[in-house]
Formats: sequence, C-alpha cells, structure tokens
Amino acid sequence: MKIFTCIKQVPGVSEVKIDPKTNTLVRKGIPSITNPMDNNATELALSIKEKHGGEVIALSMGPPQAEEVLRQALAMGADEAYLLTDRAFAGADTLATSHTLGLAIKKILKDSGDEKKYLVICGTQAIDGDTAQVGPELAEELGLPQITYVQKCELKGDKIITERVFRSEETVIIESKLPALISVLKEVNDPRFPTMTGIVNAHEEMEVKYLNANDLKAGKENIGLTGSKTEVFKIFIPEKKGKHVVLEGSVEEMVQQLCNNLKEDKLL
Amino acid sequence: MSITVDSELCSGCGACVASCPYGGIEVIDDKACITEDCNLCGACVEACTMDAIIWTKEEVGIEKVDLSQYKGVWVIAEHYKGNIHKVAYQLLGKGRELADTLHVSLTLVILGDAFDDQLEELSMYGADEIIYVKSKILKNYYSDLYTKTLTELITENKPEIVLIGATATGRDFAPRVAKRLNAGLTADCTGLEIDPKTNNLFQTRPTFGGNIMATIRTPNSRPQMATVRPGTFKKPEAKKRKVNIRQIDYDYSEKDSVTKIVKVINREKSKVNLEDAEIIVAGGRGVGKKENFKIIEELAEAIGAEIGGSRVTVELNWIPQDQQVGQTGKTVTPKLYIACGISGAIQHLVGMENSDIIVAINKDPSAPIFNVAHYGIVGDLHKVIPALIENIKKVKSAED
Repeated sequence: MKIFTCIKQVPGVSEVKIDPKTNTLVRKGIPSITNPMDNNATELALSIKEKHGGEVIALSMGPPQAEEVLRQALAMGADEAYLLTDRAFAGADTLATSHTLGLAIKKILKDSGDEKKYLVICGTQAIDGDTAQVGPELAEELGLPQITYVQKCELKGDKIITERVFRSEETVIIESKLPALISVLKEVNDPRFPTMTGIVNAHEEMEVKYLNANDLKAGKENIGLTGSKTEVFKIFIPEKKGKHVVLEGSVEEMVQQLCNNLKEDKLL
Repeated sequence: MSITVDSELCSGCGACVASCPYGGIEVIDDKACITEDCNLCGACVEACTMDAIIWTKEEVGIEKVDLSQYKGVWVIAEHYKGNIHKVAYQLLGKGRELADTLHVSLTLVILGDAFDDQLEELSMYGADEIIYVKSKILKNYYSDLYTKTLTELITENKPEIVLIGATATGRDFAPRVAKRLNAGLTADCTGLEIDPKTNNLFQTRPTFGGNIMATIRTPNSRPQMATVRPGTFKKPEAKKRKVNIRQIDYDYSEKDSVTKIVKVINREKSKVNLEDAEIIVAGGRGVGKKENFKIIEELAEAIGAEIGGSRVTVELNWIPQDQQVGQTGKTVTPKLYIACGISGAIQHLVGMENSDIIVAINKDPSAPIFNVAHYGIVGDLHKVIPALIENIKKVKSAED
C-alpha cells in the first residue's frame, strides 16, 4: 500500500516580524522549516507502514530549495520523495496547488501499476497560510473520502478508523474505506527525530525526484497563478490605529490611574 | 505569467525588496533581480516608483464565465444539537450589508432536520429567503452529503457570493464544495467589502501567520466563496421581516455517505468560554514560563475574568489550545481585554481587536499591542500585575 504525505516548506517562525523603522518585513535570518503538522503526517505514515507494511511517499510543491524538507522526510524514514517544481507552478492558490499535487499522486500510482488501495495524509494546515484548504481540495481532486482534523488514526484491514475533533466538547469516531485522505492535527502523535544514519542516507544515498509541469502533463490553465481562481489584490501592513493612551508615572501611579479609568468605564 | 525587471529603468533603490513578502526579489549590482522565491504576487510592481518592473499576464485559453448570471449572497448555516451556530447570525449581518450594496437578495441555507419551528426566529436577522434542506440524516454532519447538496444548490441557483463559518465543519466542506465548483475560496476573512468599481468581493485576511494582511479577489469566476471566523462580525438586531421560505426534502440514508460515523464522544465542556466572556486576561511570551502563568490566573480571579493566551503560550504548552486567542485560536469581543506580555502580532490582534476596552501591559514600548490598546502600561508585568491586583481588590472591597 502506498501512503502519501504532503509536505510544505514554510518560514520557521509563526509570525513574520516587521521592522518598526521601515515598516517592512524582516526576512533575513529566518530559516525555512517543514510545516510542523506535516511532520505529524509523515510520522503517522511511517507508523502505519511499520505496523502494516507499505511505502511512504513524500510530496512537496515549491521552489528547488524545498528539496530540503523532502530530505528531512527521507531522513525520518520515507521511502521516496518527489518535488513538484516549475516556474509555471508559482503563484498557485489552494485550488491550483491541490490540482498539481493530485496530478502527481495519480502519476505515481499509474506508474506503479494502478494500485487501488492507498492513503493520503496531510497536515491540517500550514503555519504561513493557515487555510486548511489543500487537504479537502486534494481529496476532491482524487475523488477520495476525506476526514479532516484527525487526532487519532488507525488502520484496520481496508479501513481507517479516525477520531475527528469537531468542537472543544465533541469528537467523532469516523471510519472510511481506503483509498482515503486524512488531514491531521499535531495531537495525532509526536514526530520522531531523524537518526544520524537516516540523515546521512537521505542526503547521500537517496534521491529526491523532480517533477515539472511537463512530467505531470499539467494544463497551463489549471496550474500556478493562471490556474488560480483567487488572486492577491494587495498585500499590506495594517496602519496603526493610534488610539492608545500610554499611562505614565511609577507602577503604583499607573495602576491607580488604570483602575480609575476602568471604574469610569464601569468595568470595575 | 511572469515578472521581469527593465534594468534600463531600475535605479536599484530597493523599494521592491522591502515590499516583497516572499523574498522573491533582490538588488544585485544595483539592479533588481527576481529570485526563485517569487510567487508572482505583484507587490513589487506596485512598490516600484520607476515603473521598472513588468508584470506580464499571458492569456491562456480559459473559458470566460458569464459573471452576470450569478446573483445574490448566500450564508450557509451550520448547527449543533439542534441549534444554529452563532456565526451564521454574524454572517447574516455582514451578508445583508453586501447584498444591499449589490442590490441583490440574501439567502440563508440550512441543511438539517427539525428546524421547522426555528425558521420564524431565524427569519429576523436579515435574510430575504431561507432554503431549508430537510433530511433526517442531516442532523449530523456528513462531509460528502453537505458537499453534494450544496454543490447542487449552488449550481442551480448561482449565487455570486457564498459565506461560510470558519469552524471545523465549515472548513471541512467549504474547500470541497469550492473544488467541485472550480470556485475560488478565501479562508478566515476578517474583512469583506464590495469593490465599487467591479462589484468583486474584496476578501481581506491575515497571512504569513501574522503581521501582514492580504486582500484577495476572485475576479473571473463565480461564486466567490469565503469562510469567516466566529466573532469577526457582530450579530445584527432581530427585526421582523418578510422572508420567503423554501423547503427541499432530501431522502438521504446513511448508505449515501462514504464515511461512517461510528460514535459521537461528548467531552466535558471546556470550563473556559472565551467567546462569551465579558472580561479576559491574556498572557503572552512575556509571562516567561509556565509557572508564571499563576500571576495571570490571580489577576483573572481578582477581576472576574476568563484566561486566554497568545499562540506562543499554547505552542509552549503553558495553556490549553482552547484558550488561544488569535487567528488560529478564538476570536473574542469582551468588554475588557487585558493583554499581559503580549507583543501583538496581527495574528493575535485579529482575534481581540474588536474588544470594547483593551489594556496592554508590556515591557517593550514599541510593542504593536500598544497601537490597539486604550490604556497602555509600559513596565514589567511581574511588578505591574501584583500592584494591579492589590488595587482592584481595594476598589472591590470599597464597593462591598
């Protein structure tokens, strides 16, 4: 059985900093990392493989430097890795991204003799965009049942049994036949650290295979910015609202003044 | 589709570098160069004062959709244990505004069972029409049945805008419906407006986990779909109005769904209910360590508040996830919000900036939280909070 895990390279901070002087983004010195929940996805894929056998295939779409996050997945234990990279993929919204990932999965399945039983695992959302849309859109692209927000998952025969979080007071046990797609939360497991041997293997022995738009026979109208229905109209740093009153004096004086103000506002 | 630099015109000023959120442009030898990281967002094109950056959009044979066929604003309601989720009311408020601007009608769509008695009450929040898809099995949420039903309804009725609550349910079916319709979808919008020039929907959301806002549009396809987090917009006043109710009966059975709900587990309801709290005391990185959160708890107790925290406090396991305020946590609108040791990244601000009164306590006078605070105290929270607790106790005991 093939177990696909979809990985995104993201800036290694959950908040991109703004330079207060120039009001622009500080990008220097920010490392790129694997989106944290995608490590949970890879971990789940590996643990299913260890119990039930199969092959773990890591996929990422991004610029050539995204190869690094695939090397990390290989170091954790993934069997194969594919980087979908092409200038034509740039500027993709979630619709175009899910189409591209879907084409790659279909191609890999087809090239390996059309396996019918497979599982796709995604992190629920990425820390840079936070949309949580690629998982469900990829499921639709592949025509698979989807279970999102998964915090527990096990494989039983040709079924997966999952625990899905709906709201803080309710979880639901949902099962689905394979093939299926699930998107996982960080609660699903603790991702392993790669071993030294794993890291050496991933960088020296193993290959990250590149797929471009031609390899995927992707139609221009469905990929990248052209294939995106949404477009960024503008990106901006919000203006300061400037309604602040900074209190002055000693700690006691400031606190006293604050309490007086809150009393006037009928909050105390 | 490409972005290129005319090196004759480029002055090497670097304005483009500063404007690029992706690190996709650099100045090398006094000329701007596009790098691999370019995401074709076009921010640099606007930033360039020399008109040296050229954005070529090639026309690919994309079928043009006749946008004028699509009319009306839809709000999709979700429900839990027989109650409509409050985000639906909030969306009706915003939806009414959008519909009025566009001079079109507003429709509320409910997929469920046993809502017959609630329709009259529901009709008081701005909708012109309610579409009630009734099916016994839809008292529970099924991803695929929601997708199928909504896709059919949207294809048949052609609304131009579809608004959905950004809950675990909404974020499950919205992308799936969007994909099936081949429609654009924007997640977690904090602002929705009609572009007066084109009547397109401007969908504004925080991006890059935080400090930047992006305005997204869906210019060439319909419907324009957006999810909105609970608490972003206000529930409108109830008013009696004439509403056209359309009931559609569906004969679904459990066999129609590819997934099977094996069991519903009710967990103990979280004791903390930030979304309804009148006062919230929230801690951030500045609290220092988990043990120090006690001081936040003490302040909360003194003033009668619920406790919240920024994203980092949840990532460090200082507080549970359901107490997180911000883009990936709760959006709250209390009467009083006291932010302690929170710097105020946008991803936090979007979750609390609509609070009536905001108090910020932070060591760093340049922390962005002070920009939204009504009262700011620059100082060490470990000194300020104990003094504040003392003072609150004094005020409270004077009242007794």
